[in-house]
Amino acid sequence: MMKNAKWKQYVTYLVLICCTVVFTVLGSMKQLPFSTLLQLESATIAMILAASLCLVVGFLGELSLGHAGFMCVGAFIGGKLSVILTDSGAYGGNELLIMLVCLVVGGIAAAICGVIIGLPALRLRGDYLAIVTLAFGEIVRSLFRNAPAEMFGGTLAMSTPRYDRNSLFIIGFILVLITVVIIQNFIRSKHGRAVTSIRDSEIAARATGINVTKYKLMVFTLSAFFAGIAGVLFSYSQFSVDSKKFDYNYSIQILVMVVLGGMGNIGGSLIAATAVVVLDTFLQKQLTGNLAVLKDMLYALVLIGLIVYRNAPALAGFREKVSIKNLMRNLSKHNPAKIHDDEAKWDRVPTKIHIDEVLSVDVQSKSPYTPDKQWKEEE
Amino acid sequence: MMAQTVLKIENLGISFGGLKAVQDLNLEIKEKQLYGLVGPNGAGKTTVFNMITGVYKPTTGSFYLNGENLTGKSQETINHKGIARTFQNIRLFNNMTVIRNVMVGLHNQPEYKCGLFTSLFRLPRHFKVEKEMRQRAKEILDVVGLLEERNNLACNLPYGKQRKLEIARALATNPKLLCLDEPAAGMNPQETQELMDIIRTIREQFNVTILLIEHDMKFVSGLCDELTVLNFGTVLAQGETKAALQDPEVIRAYIGG
Amino acid sequence: MKFLETLLNGLSAGSTYAMIALGYTMVYGIAKMLNFAHGDVIMVGGYTLFIASTMMGVSPLLALLFAIVFCALIGVTIEKLAYKPLRGASPLAVLITAIGMSKLLQSLAQIVFGSATQPVDLLDLGSVSIGSLNVSMYTVITLLCSAVIMISLSLFVKYTRTGRAMIAVSEDKSAAQLMGINVNFIITITFAIGSALAAFAGFFMVLKTFNVEPSMGAMPGIKAFTAAVIGGIGSIPGAMLGGILMGVVEAFAQTSPVMAPYTDAIEFSILIVILLVRPSGILGKKRREKV
Repeated sequence: MMKNAKWKQYVTYLVLICCTVVFTVLGSMKQLPFSTLLQLESATIAMILAASLCLVVGFLGELSLGHAGFMCVGAFIGGKLSVILTDSGAYGGNELLIMLVCLVVGGIAAAICGVIIGLPALRLRGDYLAIVTLAFGEIVRSLFRNAPAEMFGGTLAMSTPRYDRNSLFIIGFILVLITVVIIQNFIRSKHGRAVTSIRDSEIAARATGINVTKYKLMVFTLSAFFAGIAGVLFSYSQFSVDSKKFDYNYSIQILVMVVLGGMGNIGGSLIAATAVVVLDTFLQKQLTGNLAVLKDMLYALVLIGLIVYRNAPALAGFREKVSIKNLMRNLSKHNPAKIHDDEAKWDRVPTKIHIDEVLSVDVQSKSPYTPDKQWKEEE
Repeated sequence: MMAQTVLKIENLGISFGGLKAVQDLNLEIKEKQLYGLVGPNGAGKTTVFNMITGVYKPTTGSFYLNGENLTGKSQETINHKGIARTFQNIRLFNNMTVIRNVMVGLHNQPEYKCGLFTSLFRLPRHFKVEKEMRQRAKEILDVVGLLEERNNLACNLPYGKQRKLEIARALATNPKLLCLDEPAAGMNPQETQELMDIIRTIREQFNVTILLIEHDMKFVSGLCDELTVLNFGTVLAQGETKAALQDPEVIRAYIGG
Repeated sequence: MKFLETLLNGLSAGSTYAMIALGYTMVYGIAKMLNFAHGDVIMVGGYTLFIASTMMGVSPLLALLFAIVFCALIGVTIEKLAYKPLRGASPLAVLITAIGMSKLLQSLAQIVFGSATQPVDLLDLGSVSIGSLNVSMYTVITLLCSAVIMISLSLFVKYTRTGRAMIAVSEDKSAAQLMGINVNFIITITFAIGSALAAFAGFFMVLKTFNVEPSMGAMPGIKAFTAAVIGGIGSIPGAMLGGILMGVVEAFAQTSPVMAPYTDAIEFSILIVILLVRPSGILGKKRREKV
């Protein structure tokens, strides 16, 4: 049993390495059309974003609607730095070295923003935090948009660095691998355990001596760092970077990947990210001209249908009957009582958007300690 | 042979919007004592727990653990200093396995220190620490009789075992004072008997002082050396268990009249 | 004078935000969900106005009536189809569904009307001069309308049976049900009222710009939601206060050439600052988790 679980931990890595090798071989044989290369690049970017957001939403249990904001920071800072370094011929014009430096710098810049946004996270409860992250994303976007045009392109979009198209996606895959390894290592360490305990019960975590402040900041910072890296990669993959791209809709798209992948399931997030990108480009290709608008509608319908199907309490019995997991379980005679992984069932993960604010028409806000309500209940 | 005072509470009180939930509480718990805190519903027992574990900041008075003033400290700090607790309405880490719940409790023990960098890159120390933590968690689970359940999800445990797991998790933080909030609530007589034995074993094996809230009088009188009886936030009686329970005031508060 | 004019403009823009914010706050308070599709109901209202007045040529007031009825219907339908099956599911699932609904409405509008901006023939209201103060009729009308709506909504919630049932459902759904309140009906009513208010907001927006487009509701929706949170989500007076604050800040930011490009950033920063000082918004009630 234990061996089985150990082996399972590395499936994600194995699949990623296989993908990298296969596509690298195909790429070096010039077998891949340009559109596939672009698709691979977008997929790797989406995977990094989804994996990093999964850390916040799935494992810390906080809802973030501003992930695109971190990516935006990485894209502009890293992209600009790369252009500057290339123009000045730094590092002997070694493109790979420049790229590495920019990836790190872009990631760190985003991580600093992660600390800044993590600070209110310590004071705010889930739903309020969600709107603050959304606001943060919009603020960042607006700041880059209105910065002097010679710096970040302003409304005209910023021109971006170039890298050999035939190998950019390989770097992308390697970055995904690094991201996933580090995030998984984090989750499977004692620190990750502390983070999941905060998700399950913040009060109990505090009472058990977990430094909630430290771990919340740590998760936001780590997650932002990787989003920043995805941003730098994004700026390499585009001809120009426009701040319009990083609005809250994009953040939500990343969130959708995480939710579809099954919260608290990195592998699932990666698959969902790839699926969304592949589907997106497929539909874009198929639905041209007047049909293009159908794409958004299909996307929306699939999303609503999937979520309602997977979550509606009324359908719980039906889901139980037809679930693939059940089928697998019957086939492999796997004992369901033994779960070795931190992987939690996705519909039970308490993402902390407790929505419990009450409708009121009073103008005064009452004191938090209303004696008849607050303390009598405690005993 | 004078036993050392572990917890000392002086004039502790808290009011919520003018209502005095607890006032002028004084008590002293000696090393390795089993101390009971009883009283009717709404007497302020859990509020006392909430104050000495840092959930609420007391409005008056102070409390000391081994002579160190911990009044107004954060929950984390108080736990690090050596007060651990369980909750009346169980608060486990539901989506984690039993053994991981206990391992979270071991998180801050100095012997399992392991930096973030070590964990992120899985240096040898990470594996060593994980192995040791797992071993220690198993030992603790064995004491409360949950070793067999270690790989189950906490939320799948029956109620009685969940309460035991809460105790195990609190024990893992290596406390000097263990506060148990209605540990026997919802247990059948047999489980209650088992729990009494477990609590006694814990005291011997972990050298820990225990403060507990309980409604089951048989449980309290069978286990506790001393008691404080609270009613409406004030002390009704204090002292040796038998004497305190026979106090006419206490009987009146419980039975009425 | 300039100051007073800006203030009035801000107040009228703010009352539009307040209309939308009220819808967010009511749905949030009662159905306990972030209705991300609310902003797009404004757009539905806008297009109804477009059909009624540009294509059918009815009078503006009648067009407004159409919009109110249609939006209320749409709001209720969305609730029944997408949100009701998820009652009791995780809030995150409901949130994602709402986001999907928002996308669906926008794409439907694109399919039916195209993504281009369409002009709407509503009457140009002109302006009135009071002394040296030149105020557009638009400002006067929005201010009057929204004042009337807000007061009647407050009275409705406070004094009618249905209104009080709303507060009861918001406090505790199952207890309210046990007391004989028809929770489904109350939630339906809430969505109907919220969507009707969105129709008003759509009307105000069209009166100002005279055109509609599929994404017209998105940004105002987000800003109004921000306003509702600033005021303290769940609080009806809070939503009004937050909306008006938002509008006034926006108006003043736009008059200054330095700050104008940063209007959005300033508005969202206010949210962060206010939440840091008061984590439950200006008029929000703080609820503590019981230990």
